[in-house]
Amino acid sequence: MIAVVDYGVGNLFSLCCSLEKIGADTCVTSDPAEIRSAEKIILPGVGAFADAAKKLRDSGLDKVILEQAAAGKEIMGICLGMQLLFEKSYEFGEHTGLGLLKGSVIPMDGTIPTELKIPHIGWNALHFTKESKLLKYIKAGDCVYFVHSFYVDPGAESVVATAEYGKFVTAAVQCGNVMGCQFHPEKSGEVGLNILRAFCEKEETL
Amino acid sequence: MITKRIIPSLDIKNGRVVKGTNFQGLSDVSSPIELAKHYSDCGADELVFYDITASAEGRQLFTDVLREVASQIFIPLTVGGGINTVDDFDRVLKCGADKVSVNSGAIRDPQLIYHAAQKYGSQCVVLSADIKRVDGQFRVFAKGGREDTGMEAIAWIKKGVSLGAGEVVVNSIDTDGVKKGFDIEMLQAVCDAVNVPVIASGGAGSVQHFTDLFGAIPTIDAALAASVFHFGQIAIPDLKQELKKNNIIVRL
Repeated sequence: MIAVVDYGVGNLFSLCCSLEKIGADTCVTSDPAEIRSAEKIILPGVGAFADAAKKLRDSGLDKVILEQAAAGKEIMGICLGMQLLFEKSYEFGEHTGLGLLKGSVIPMDGTIPTELKIPHIGWNALHFTKESKLLKYIKAGDCVYFVHSFYVDPGAESVVATAEYGKFVTAAVQCGNVMGCQFHPEKSGEVGLNILRAFCEKEETL
Repeated sequence: MITKRIIPSLDIKNGRVVKGTNFQGLSDVSSPIELAKHYSDCGADELVFYDITASAEGRQLFTDVLREVASQIFIPLTVGGGINTVDDFDRVLKCGADKVSVNSGAIRDPQLIYHAAQKYGSQCVVLSADIKRVDGQFRVFAKGGREDTGMEAIAWIKKGVSLGAGEVVVNSIDTDGVKKGFDIEMLQAVCDAVNVPVIASGGAGSVQHFTDLFGAIPTIDAALAASVFHFGQIAIPDLKQELKKNNIIVRL
């Protein structure tokens, strides 16, 4: 069972449909017991970092995620959900994230060439920088769908894929059992479904 | 590098796809679900659904169709038509739309853009404008191109973006349905005025028109068309190959 954490941000309809499409057994839940019993956890999210981080804390689910990550369970953050895995964000102020991954979230405004439009909206090609299970069924150059105005500082050691938008911006990350993507796999056609497939597939037993 | 997007648009009436010429003379084309699947499989980068029904029954059919499309097709979906309130945003977003385009509803109440952007984010709010030249001026038309609002188009689009619209669809009534190419002059004026993605609509008749558009306006983000795709005059894979040959970056 894959637990999709429901903490009151964003529309989970498309994500759930795409998980269903790849045959993943999914539950959308805010119940700590259900999250604890799941094999893997997906942390979705759209909107503002500060608001989402607060909702996660207010619901107490931040502690459940931290405890499950420490226990070695695989966790995938999507879009804002991925940003929340990091230490902090400079989106309208300075806000603390879950701190499961080292690094911070920075604005595009002022860090990419001024002639480029913000948000970064559309399909962009992936450049692989490290191996990651998320990239197992796709290839460098495959395009995925982005919608964002802030991004994880690409200097973070967990970066496994980037996309070029005036500079190389962080597209996917992984450090052990904690991983995520800035783009929307549920809106990235077959490539996106293959990323979800790679995350959701059962570990091979030794 | 970000790719230029190719977007088929589907006008939906009573659960079926229709397409008019110069906004009149509608003819039934195909099933929205079949057409959407076909486009997704052959490389469309996004789909736009315009609900052109007026009745409550038609609206219900539309949301049913939308939900079914969204559960089977995993590319961005934009919905327009009949969006007058934040509740209308809510209704279509719940059925799987990713973006909502506002047109007459925003002309009637520009604050709709602001309130929707506050609630769902600018990336979710698309300002669609039907524009026609009147007395040497770009003029905004409402109600599917039937009513001259008297508003100058560039000023209106700038206002919409400042209120929170995250993308702009420019539909030239002057070139729509004529199939003699996109309205480069009008589109360039809009691209020069705003710093959000601009989507060209109205006038596509051949592959050359798309290469002309992206060649003439490097800052344009996407091209939208309906009948040339629906009637098979242009196949999206061929179009993208041709764009690539012309050094225009596309998703293949």
